[in-house]
Formats: sequence, structure tokens, C-alpha cells
Amino acid sequence: MTGYIFRRILQAIPVFLGTTFLIYFMVFAMPGDPIVALFGDKTPNPAVVAQLRAQYHLDQPFIVQYFIYLGGIFRGDFGLSFSGEPVTAILARTFPVTARLAILALLFETFFGILVGLISGLRKGKLFDASSLAVSLILISLPIFVIAFVAQYVFGVWLGWARTTVSSGAPLQDLILPALVLASVSFAQIMRLTRASVIETSGLDFVRTAYSKGLSSRRVIPVHILRNSLIPVVTYLATDFGVLLVGATITEGIFNVPGVGNTLYQAIIRGEGPTVVSFVTVMVLIYLVVNILVDLFYGLLDPRIRYVK
Amino acid sequence: MKINRLGIAAIALAAVGALTLSGCAGGGAAAPTASSNAKAIITTNGSEPQNPLVPTNINEVGGGKIVDAIFAGLVYYDAKGAPINDVADSIKSDDNKTFTIKIKSGLKFTNDEPVTSSSFVDAWQYGALLSNAQLGSYFFENIEGFSYDEDSPLTGLKVVDDTTFTVTLTSALSDFPLRLGYSAFYPLPASALKDIAAFGENPIGNGPYMLAAKGAWKHNEKIDLVVNPAYDGGRKAKNGGLSIIFYANQGAAYSDLLANNLDVLDAIPDSAYGTYDKDLGDRAVNQPSAVFQSFTIPARLPHFDGEEGKLRRAALSMAINREEITKIIFSGTRTPASDFTSPVIDGWSDKLKGADVLKFDAKQAKKLWAEADAISPWTGSFQIAYNADGGHQGWVDAAMNSIKNTLGIDASGAPYPTFKEARTLITDRTIQTAFRTGWQADYPGLFNFLGPIYATKASSNDGDYSNPKFDALLKKGSTESDLAAANKDFQAAQEILLQDLPAIPLWYANVTGGYGTSVQNVKFGWNSVPIYNEITKG
Repeated sequence: MTGYIFRRILQAIPVFLGTTFLIYFMVFAMPGDPIVALFGDKTPNPAVVAQLRAQYHLDQPFIVQYFIYLGGIFRGDFGLSFSGEPVTAILARTFPVTARLAILALLFETFFGILVGLISGLRKGKLFDASSLAVSLILISLPIFVIAFVAQYVFGVWLGWARTTVSSGAPLQDLILPALVLASVSFAQIMRLTRASVIETSGLDFVRTAYSKGLSSRRVIPVHILRNSLIPVVTYLATDFGVLLVGATITEGIFNVPGVGNTLYQAIIRGEGPTVVSFVTVMVLIYLVVNILVDLFYGLLDPRIRYVK
Repeated sequence: MKINRLGIAAIALAAVGALTLSGCAGGGAAAPTASSNAKAIITTNGSEPQNPLVPTNINEVGGGKIVDAIFAGLVYYDAKGAPINDVADSIKSDDNKTFTIKIKSGLKFTNDEPVTSSSFVDAWQYGALLSNAQLGSYFFENIEGFSYDEDSPLTGLKVVDDTTFTVTLTSALSDFPLRLGYSAFYPLPASALKDIAAFGENPIGNGPYMLAAKGAWKHNEKIDLVVNPAYDGGRKAKNGGLSIIFYANQGAAYSDLLANNLDVLDAIPDSAYGTYDKDLGDRAVNQPSAVFQSFTIPARLPHFDGEEGKLRRAALSMAINREEITKIIFSGTRTPASDFTSPVIDGWSDKLKGADVLKFDAKQAKKLWAEADAISPWTGSFQIAYNADGGHQGWVDAAMNSIKNTLGIDASGAPYPTFKEARTLITDRTIQTAFRTGWQADYPGLFNFLGPIYATKASSNDGDYSNPKFDALLKKGSTESDLAAANKDFQAAQEILLQDLPAIPLWYANVTGGYGTSVQNVKFGWNSVPIYNEITKG
């Protein structure tokens, strides 16, 4: 087991180097000069531009810039944003906010998704099943900004039940509405996955055996059916958690959440190389860790999946 | 130049927003209006400053709004843009070349350092030095000693005593005193220059407001300002402070205003243009501002030089129905242009000779285009380049359709994904089409709309326009001792522009905003920013 984890971590190193290189190259290759854009519609004096370029190492060839950046990372220095703030400080500020939002959304979607999916699967073809399928279809087909905007208007402006935007410090109660919005689409997916999986598992031999042994459905449903139906759901949840953690740009924008998506989007627009690359690097790391955790979790759910050596 | 980029996601929301908002407008709870509270904090929208809060390094509205609140310069501008002495006691000159500036004595920064003539001189020296690479360094380029080639001190600045200093310019500039209200000319305490990075994070000023505490700038979230009790100038605050909340998306700010989470908003998102009047009633603001929008046709493009070029430029200008586009695309939040400046600027006129070229006239447009074709037949298509991340597609498409239908030529927009890409191509002159241009005034003077853009070899002369007659009039205006006489020269200079049309004026952007039910006395200044110190909340 420890050997397996160690190998996975070793594998992560080339992935890490490769992604930082690729992302750095992409930011570098993006058309347009970020320094020129700093001056807006006004044309700057070339001498001032040259000074600023030198300050951000933008006058160096690509590979030199990359190694300067990489060297900094190993010294814990991720560079500076144009506003003079260390990128590490930006990371430390935005990731906890997004993490809170992601965990909240994940809790909502997991709880409601599995619950509704399980009931639907067990009552296949009944009214509850049909109506929850219809609702999930609507949620899947609506673009998220529609859901976000309508929710903000109805609950924030009209009914006044929630704050329209997230206030400073992103307290948990302000994050509930955006988290519900974020959870809505995944809820529908999880509900459908659980439902299909439950229907499939219910028809398997070991379930019939369990019932014929005289076990009550109170034991069969959670232990035999649900547990064995969760593998596809866990896989989906893991990817979704990754997606949520790397920031939901649109939702964060609408609710003014000072999180990763919002910040990264602006950094891309401004062409702030160090900020973009550092954010993406951390995202890659999160993705790698979450994936390792999921692979380990499979073993807990289904003993047939084991990691030897 | 202050950059104000419109919220981008807001455009995507336009359709949906219009539907939902019109469906269920109204219903906001009315807050009881008691007597105003002098301790009340006004909440308002802003955006994360792009640079540290050092006045000479601020060139965009996000940071500009903050430094204008926490610093007091020699002069400030009233709502109409007239300069009023703030720290200055008097600004005098006999020749518009050497200025003697006296400042009030006994003024202090919020760290108790006195405001002296050195506070100004040292700050300007810092801002002008090449190696400090300040974004606002061009403001000092007229002062003797300034150089873009090497670090060179401003020899034109001399401290006479604690409250007097002199400024010598390289040539006469009648509107120099008018410029002194711009943020680049703010004073800095001596402690700032010792550690400018720390200062940029926690600036210490002498203005009507100050930072609520060390670390009051919460990046990407907000900045809290409280009243500076020591400030006793003309901008004394009538409220307890400002909480400027940073929004990446103007739609979010607008929702906050509707839900009464925000007191004052100075930018209505495009998505709400159709409904904000109804949503806000008499709390909606829509008035012209110092933003001029145009598109520039560089003379290097084929068919746009010489006599043929003049005819084609005039024809294109007359083929655009500005009235209709401002009404339909912008819901009346733009005002059709009648010159190259802005109606909020002293000296603006809608009666310039030749301003007819800015009126829609299909017949005349066709005639001029045909005359140009007689000189050299038109080939190819006419295109305007724009950045797709700034909400420009709507009007570009409309203007191009207007041209296409009137002149019967192929005309279209040429979008570039980002602002920085479009700006880079424009700056390095590789762009081979006409392009969108805009100008937001740094200070309320006609010259600011003309000199930097159309003077020969001027810094922002992206179309490489050059006309000696225009240059001469600008120069004449700069040496006049009387502002009214100077404005006459600048108007005459504009009449030359109306013949040559280096850029085709389109419209003036209005400032659109609104305020909540709990605040009173909300007025917007000439520069589109609310006059925060006058606002009361009860």
C-alpha cells in the first residue's frame, strides 16, 4: 500500500514539470503584450515599457523566463502579480475560499444526489422516479449562468433570503446560495448515475441471495445495494471535486466570490504569467492528490479492487 | 488615461438578465429615511487596483478611485471640472512656463508628517524617474530635466522654502495648473520613499479619507476607508467613511444595489441598460462624462491618404447613424458626438464649423464616396478592429451595417480576443485595418483630448496623423494666458480635425449609475466618479 502511494507520488513529478512547462509556454505564446495593455487606450513611451518588461523578466527568451520561474518555485517564490502582491499570498487567500465553496457544493450534491437517486432506482417507473428524472433533465440542460442569475435574483433581490453576493471574508452563510447553484448540475448527474447503478445492482444475484437469506431491506439496501452502486458515483464525485476546486469562474463571477476562478480569469485576461502558471500548477497538484485518494477509496468500497505490492 | 473595462460575463448575461429583470422588477424594501448619520459608512463598487497604491503608478479607475479619496493634491476638481485649490494656496505664472506654487501651511499627512513643498517635489521626482517605471511618468514630461532615455532628475523643480516651490516647463503650457489635480501630482510623505513597496500596500495620504487600519486593502475583496479628521479642505467628508467593494463582474454589483447591499454604483452593466431606469426610478443616473469614443483610420491604409482619404473618411462618417445606434444598441447611455472632446469639459461646443460631417446623411455620403472612387476606385472591404472582451461587438456590427447599407461596400468588424492583443497590434503599427479608439480624460481640459492623440508624433497618436496647421493651433492655445482664448484656439484646431477626420468621432459615453434608498445627495463628478465626500446616509 505505501509502495503504491510512493509510486503514484513519483509519477506526479514529471506530470508537474510537464504541466508547468506547457502552461508557461501557452501564457508566453498568448498574443499581445501585457505591459502595453497596462496603459489602456493610451500608448506608452517605449522606454517605460522596456523598464517594466525587464522588471517582470519579459525581455528574456522564453526558456530563460521559465527557468527563472521554476528556480523561484523551489525557493518558495512564485513571483509577483502586477499589483505587486506575491503570488503565494494570492494563492493562500483564494484557495481556502474556493475550497469552502467546493466542499459545501460537494456535500449538497452528494447528499441529495445519492438520496434521490437511490429512491428513484428502488421505485423505478413510479411517479417519484419520473418526476425526479424530469427535474434532473431540466437542471442538466440549463446553462449554469442561467441558474445562477435566476437564483441570485429570486433569492437575493426579490425574496431577500440570501445575500446577492458574497461579502468580504466569504462567510459560510453567504456561500450557501452559490454552493447550491454549483451543486445543481452535478446533483442531476449524481442522481442519474446512482439511479442507473442501483437498478443494475438490484437485479444482481447477490442481492437476490441476500433477500432469500431472509435479510430485511433495511440491511440489504444500504449494505448490499447502495455500497456496490457507489463506484461510478465516487469516480464522478472525484472529478467533480477537482473541477469545483479549480474554480467555477462563471458562478464565482456572478456571486462575486473572491476565489480561484475569478482571480485566475482576470490574471489570464491581463496576461500575468506568474499568477496564471502558479494557479494552474496548484490545480494540477490538487487534481493529482484527489485522483490518488479516489483510487485508494475504491479499495474500501469494493474489496475486489486491491493494490498489491 | 484611466482604463475602465466593462464586465465581460455581463454581456453573456444580457439576454437572460433582461428577461428576468423585466419579469419581476420592483419589490425592493424601502429603508426608512431618518436624519443622516455622520458616522455612516457608504458602500460603493470598485475593482481591484491593478498596481500598488502609489499615486504616480495609478492609471486605471480601480486604483484611481482610492487614491483620489486618500490624497489631496494642489487642486481638486468640482463637479463641473473646475479646479479649486486644495493644498495649494496659490499657483502663479507670468509666462505659463515658470510657475510659483505656494501651499497652505500646517497641513499634515495622517502619520503626522507635515505636508511641505518637498512632499510634492520629491514625489514628482520619484514619479518621473525612468528606472522607477511609473505608469504615470508621462505627466512630468513637460517639466525641465525629464528624460525617457536615462535617469535624470527634474531640474525644473526647485524648493524655495517649506511652503513654496517653483516649476519650470520646457515650453509654455496654459493648462498646466489645470492638470495639477490629477493623481500623478499628489504629494508623498518622506516615509513613503524609504519603502515604496510597503507604502503601496498601506498608503498614507493627506486627503479626506484614510485607510481604516493597516491592511485595510483586502485584495480582490474590498478596501475600507474612514474619514481623516485632520483634513480640512474643500472635500471634507459628510459621512463616516467608504467601503469600496471590488467586483469582477458589474452584474453582481448591480444585483447588490437592487438588494440594498450597496449604496452607490457608478457603472450599470450592459445587461441592465434596458431596465435600470424602471428598477431605480429617480435613483438612476445617466449623464454625459469625459469619455470620447471613436475609430481611427491610419493614413497608411490604402485609399485613406490625401484628398481621396478625406472624401472617404467624411463619407464613412456620414454613413453611420449615430442617433439610432446610441438609442437602440446603447439604450440612450451614449450621446452622439459633435466634436472630439466631451460636453462636460469647459470649452466644448456643438457648433464647430464642419461638424455636419458627424450627422447621418446617406445621400451626401454616397456622393462623397463616388467622388473618391473617381480619384481611385475602391477595392477590398472596410474593417474596424476591436477587442472582443470589452462589449464592443454590438455597436461595431451596427455601425458596419450602417456603412454597408449606405455605401454598398463590404464592411465588417474584426474582433481580437483580448484587449492586450488588439492594443499590441495597434501600438506596433502592424494592424492593417481601422480600429476602435477611446479616450477618458485625465484632467478636465480640451487639450487633453487633442494634444496626446492628434499632435504630430504625440504619444497616443496611433493613426500617425500629422497636420502642421493643427499643431500650430495647439501650440498657440498652450501659450495663451487666458483659458477662454486658449479654448478658442483648441476649437479652431478641432475644425481642422473635422476636415481631416484622423479618427471618426462616434459618441460620448455617459456615466450610468444609481444609488440605494438610504443615501442622499449623490452626484457624479466630471470624471464619472461619484463625489463621495458629499454623500450622506441616514
